[in-house]
Amino acid sequence: MSEAPHLAPDLSGIRFSHRHLLGTEGLSADDIAVILDLSESFVEQNRQIDKKLSALRGRTHINLFFENSTRTRTSFELAGKRLGGDVINMSVGSSAIKKGETLIDTAMTLNAMHPDVLVMRHPDSGAAELLSQKVDCAVINAGDGSHEHPTQALLDALTIRRRLGRLEGLIVAICGDIAHSRVARSNIHLLNTMGARVRLVAPPTLLPDAVERLGVEVHHDMTSGLKDADIVMMLRLQTERMQGSFVPSIREYFHFYGLDAGKLAVAKPDALIMHPGPMNRGVEIDAELADDIHRSVIREQVEMGVAVRMACLMLLTRHLSNWQGT
Amino acid sequence: MAGPKVAYLNARLIDPANGVDGTGAVLTDGERIADCGPGLFTEGVPDGVERVDCTGLCLTPGLVDMQVHVREPGAEHQETFASAGQAAVAGGVTSLAAMPDTDPVIDDVALVEYVLRRGNEASPARIYPIAAATKGRGGNQLTELGLLRDAGARAFSDGNRAISNALVMRRLLAYASAHDCLILHHPQEPALGNGGVMNEGEVATRLGLGGIPAAAEAIMVERDVRLVELTGGRYHATLLSTEAALNVVRQAKDKGLPVTCGTAPHYFALNENAVGDYRSFAKTTPPLRSERDRKAVAEALADGTIDVIASAHSPRDVESKRLPFAQAAYGVVGLETMLPIALEQHHNGSVPLTTLIRAMTANPAKLLGLDGGSLTPGAPADMVLFDPDRAWRIDADTFVSKSKNSAFDQKPVQGRVVRTIVAGMTMFDATNDA
Repeated sequence: MSEAPHLAPDLSGIRFSHRHLLGTEGLSADDIAVILDLSESFVEQNRQIDKKLSALRGRTHINLFFENSTRTRTSFELAGKRLGGDVINMSVGSSAIKKGETLIDTAMTLNAMHPDVLVMRHPDSGAAELLSQKVDCAVINAGDGSHEHPTQALLDALTIRRRLGRLEGLIVAICGDIAHSRVARSNIHLLNTMGARVRLVAPPTLLPDAVERLGVEVHHDMTSGLKDADIVMMLRLQTERMQGSFVPSIREYFHFYGLDAGKLAVAKPDALIMHPGPMNRGVEIDAELADDIHRSVIREQVEMGVAVRMACLMLLTRHLSNWQGT
Repeated sequence: MAGPKVAYLNARLIDPANGVDGTGAVLTDGERIADCGPGLFTEGVPDGVERVDCTGLCLTPGLVDMQVHVREPGAEHQETFASAGQAAVAGGVTSLAAMPDTDPVIDDVALVEYVLRRGNEASPARIYPIAAATKGRGGNQLTELGLLRDAGARAFSDGNRAISNALVMRRLLAYASAHDCLILHHPQEPALGNGGVMNEGEVATRLGLGGIPAAAEAIMVERDVRLVELTGGRYHATLLSTEAALNVVRQAKDKGLPVTCGTAPHYFALNENAVGDYRSFAKTTPPLRSERDRKAVAEALADGTIDVIASAHSPRDVESKRLPFAQAAYGVVGLETMLPIALEQHHNGSVPLTTLIRAMTANPAKLLGLDGGSLTPGAPADMVLFDPDRAWRIDADTFVSKSKNSAFDQKPVQGRVVRTIVAGMTMFDATNDA
């Protein structure tokens, strides 16, 4: 390609009927395919010298982060800016939340400024749903409590699809703190919808009740859980959950559930290793394995993140009409 | 005392305390019931007696609501004695027990006297104070049970806070037994419920919300039953929501222990699916449970394992509910919807009408030691007249209560209060409403 395509991809003919992106539960296989296909075109675009498009020109995109996050926030910010939108970041430290204002008050205040898309991360499950009921613009859930983190699952799917050419029929083992993980929930719904076989591998204390009802196989040991797996997806274990409350110790956890070459040996020979980051090396994943460029796609996941978020921003803002208020 | 005499004619009388269910009439004389029965006024109504024709309507003792969180003193913007009392009579409730979880906590004789005086001055329904079981509801130090009872406290409760320390509970029950006091308990093992905001299970897992296992209730009721066995104290589990805990109560009753229990309409009318997409108006304590548990609650009502239906009326302002689910306040209002929601169990054939009425009249009156709850001649003339079949749609915006946090908003129901009589006086009248 000699010239960078400064025009956005043509979206005419694309069917995507959602107003918000709150989770992967409820997205159809077609919806997911639309997002992933559109993301592909942005992957190339993001590798050009001139990365800027004009699809979001004149649109206001606000990142509203009630939890600290460098990676996801930066990824959304880049995505918005590369599409030519005006991106504003608000983090909890500088917002009125600390002065006792509620989420709804903040939402109503921001809504009055006519943003076109609000990207929110919040420590409470359901916060994105609540926000979407109160504002006029599109809402993208960038993580709500232990509920969902849909763009993470979408970027994981894009990474897998680019490496292995498909999602259907793959065996995906998700290992670690499933109970508190929004990444796990979003991945379970998406992978099930796309026809992959999902296994969860974790000690019982890190599995939520009745999780098998989500259509997954549950394993308590890595040997059976990883057997013949195409993808091994490791989750982060929060420090405060390692010392006696959910698992007895880091040492014990790494011994039984940390990913190392020995445990990985039962998976398919070319099985890919994924991690949503940030990693705890030596807790859930062996440091050398994490850096193995033949197996680990962890950095590729970050790259796909920007492309997927560009696709989501574009799909959700393309039909916005002018405000019809009083 | 001389007062107006009123004859209520051609009613379906339902008086579970006296085993009455049939067409008949009631005569009130001033504040009391003068006579009652099927044969009354067959010779005609004497002169000077006001007549109220009740054809097609049920006439029962006024409902006795054993658990109302009035919010006065401390949170009068959510509910006051006046507004709670108005809501009560609109719902057919003539007596309500005011929970002590106010600010300040009702844990002192002067405060019980305040509730009695202020409540009965402001409210058209009778107010009976429940005093705290432990100082400040702290779960450690017993309140002055004997003195509080003498001041008018009808039972003792720490509200929606479980008494986690088994030794404190043992001493409470033991001490209460000497004064014949009733201990009410919200039995949820706090450590097991820690971090939980709804029923543990598939729905909570999907929503990413912390779960409270059904076992948290059964474990606490099991412990309490053992302590009742040890002490002989009278014990009432306020709101049961699970099959497991109801089985424990069933066994305790079979043994003849002084154990009773209650529930609220939402536990037999709704299940955990009502939480849906994080509806904070379905956030209650104990949480709404599985469909299996919901059915078990209805069955326990039918077989008498559950003695009492209380509204568990918990007024909340919009601000405390319009929050992410985990942060939102617990509780639903219920005074104005208790009767129609309970009647649903009669209409769907799950629970006999007399059993439902007993659980809202005679049983709570007996537990609280009130002389109401029946149509016995000489009893207070507290009655409710309702049309058991009238269809209508619940609309929270029309509630008399200051708070509108109903789990049943817009629900179509059958059965409507027509008139509520307290001490012989009509305090609510919807006779002319369409």
